[in-house]
Amino acid sequence: MAVFRDVMPAFDLLQPDSVAEATRLLDENGSGAWIMAGGLDSFDWLKDRIKKPGVLVDLSGIDELKGIRVSGDGVEIGAMTTLTEIANNPEIRKNYSVLSDAVSVVASPQIRNQGTLGGNVSQDTRCWYYRGGWPCYRAGGNICYADTPVGRNREHAIFGADRCVAVHPSDSAPALIALDARFVIRSAKGERVVDAEDYFIGPDVDITRLNILAPGDLLTAIRIPAAWSGTKFYFEKVRDRNVWDFPLMNVASAMEVNGGNISRIRIAVSAVAPRPMRLRNVESAVVGKPVDASTGEMAGKLAVQGAVPLQFNAYKIPLMRNLVKRAISGVPMPQQAKSGLAGDPIPEASWS
Amino acid sequence: MADMEDRNQSRQQAESPSKTITRRRFILGVIAGGAAVGAASYRFLAPPAHGRNGGERLITLLVNGKPRRVEVMKQETLAFTLRYRLGLTGTKLGCDRAECGACTVLLDDVPHYSCSVLTHTVRGRSVTTVEGLAAPDGTLHPVQQAVIDQQGFQCAFCMSGFIMSAVGFLKTNPNPTRQELAHGISGNLCRCQDYSKILDAFMRGAEYMRNGTGGRQTALLPTLSPKNGERMGQRIVALSSGGGESMSQQTGAANTARRA
Repeated sequence: MAVFRDVMPAFDLLQPDSVAEATRLLDENGSGAWIMAGGLDSFDWLKDRIKKPGVLVDLSGIDELKGIRVSGDGVEIGAMTTLTEIANNPEIRKNYSVLSDAVSVVASPQIRNQGTLGGNVSQDTRCWYYRGGWPCYRAGGNICYADTPVGRNREHAIFGADRCVAVHPSDSAPALIALDARFVIRSAKGERVVDAEDYFIGPDVDITRLNILAPGDLLTAIRIPAAWSGTKFYFEKVRDRNVWDFPLMNVASAMEVNGGNISRIRIAVSAVAPRPMRLRNVESAVVGKPVDASTGEMAGKLAVQGAVPLQFNAYKIPLMRNLVKRAISGVPMPQQAKSGLAGDPIPEASWS
Repeated sequence: MADMEDRNQSRQQAESPSKTITRRRFILGVIAGGAAVGAASYRFLAPPAHGRNGGERLITLLVNGKPRRVEVMKQETLAFTLRYRLGLTGTKLGCDRAECGACTVLLDDVPHYSCSVLTHTVRGRSVTTVEGLAAPDGTLHPVQQAVIDQQGFQCAFCMSGFIMSAVGFLKTNPNPTRQELAHGISGNLCRCQDYSKILDAFMRGAEYMRNGTGGRQTALLPTLSPKNGERMGQRIVALSSGGGESMSQQTGAANTARRA
């Protein structure tokens, strides 16, 4: 499939140095413009000649999109801030560690040095049929190649499928939902701010994109309110290899505990549905309950209610049950997995 | 006269030593002459989508501390520019998809996959490739020296990328544990599966860097780098016959380190 060792087809490269200029260029070029942040999602599409934008708007020269600003009511992270910078930021490590934990297990060191938070939440799905250029629903066709009796769908959705069964690949997205973050979007028309949860959309809303960004929109910053600062966090990512891989599943939670009981909680799971999934039913069920194994057990069972597995991904149901259970009851994740070196158990694959 | 010319020519051929025109130098010469781009190894598979964006622009890059004037296409990756415009073929292209790490270079001292960086986005940044690690007098970087001393790689296609990753990592983590180092260079793949030896070499490189020894003075293990006029194999044979004890110590150490 992939043609490589050659040069990408030509495009016009625009390099604005301010947000105002960038939004003007995006407005001018409309749907013909491709926004490039770190470029790690973009280059796959361009090199494989599956997306052929006429104009590439490179954001790397816009300094106002970079950096982490700490204030009394939380933290604002520029969309072009690298994942490495977020992973190493002392304030985020201290008070919002669910985010630094999440971004520090994204892909590989080099990718974290270049990849940005804005790009991580705005990247496209990794369904290989779609990314391989197959004319599926998401690509404007009228079939889902993954959801057939022989479709390879081990990585695909158990919730929220609507024709397309692809999942959201981001590790930072569930952490940002757990932290109740707000996404700041600018366009030529002005600025709007949306809840993290509402940034992501499923195929039932628009099957061709994973987020609300329309042509001309630019994600400029992500604001994390102080409301969940310093609460009890949990993040865990399960993947086949400990480097590079997208999650088979991940879970992120922020929880406040008073006198041994959960007083408030936000929890989200990703790579189970076309959008990162906030588990509202679990949240309301565990408030007031003690932080222990039985609450975790109950939460895990509740989380997977309504899951619809495909041919090869039924393992995701017990996996999700266990991840939610661990997030709630606070069982520490195995040391090996935390170090990111070796030993995440490979979930039983059912390829044959 | 014709005779003389013929004789001269044949003498030149006979005297033309393979040592001075190596394959590597020949290829580099062709690249420097500007003839290779687009000719043999790379093909431009698609014509420009429309007229206004087909051209190249002359820009200045800061590569290995020197400003380099180079013509660059808008869609050109840094790996392409380094290898096929500037002749810096120490940077390898493995996957061209940000997955293998062979193309790793330092941008402002931070490791990046050069296959996944547009050259036009690094104007004004400092690019360091494996060619830029050694000191101007030819003294190798401590990590390079350690790789030689420890015989760190098997086929070594991935080596330059690995070394750049390690150098970048050690700049911010000068005293890592073996596990931390493994994590630091986890963005690079070795198909020979030589990871244990690679880690041995880089742990030794980190030590050289901390001690400021550069490897030359550290007589912990016999150096395996060939001396003048000596082939690598001869040196190893000489060591294993003369300094057999050291060699077995080294092998033993490597074996112990391997699954520790």
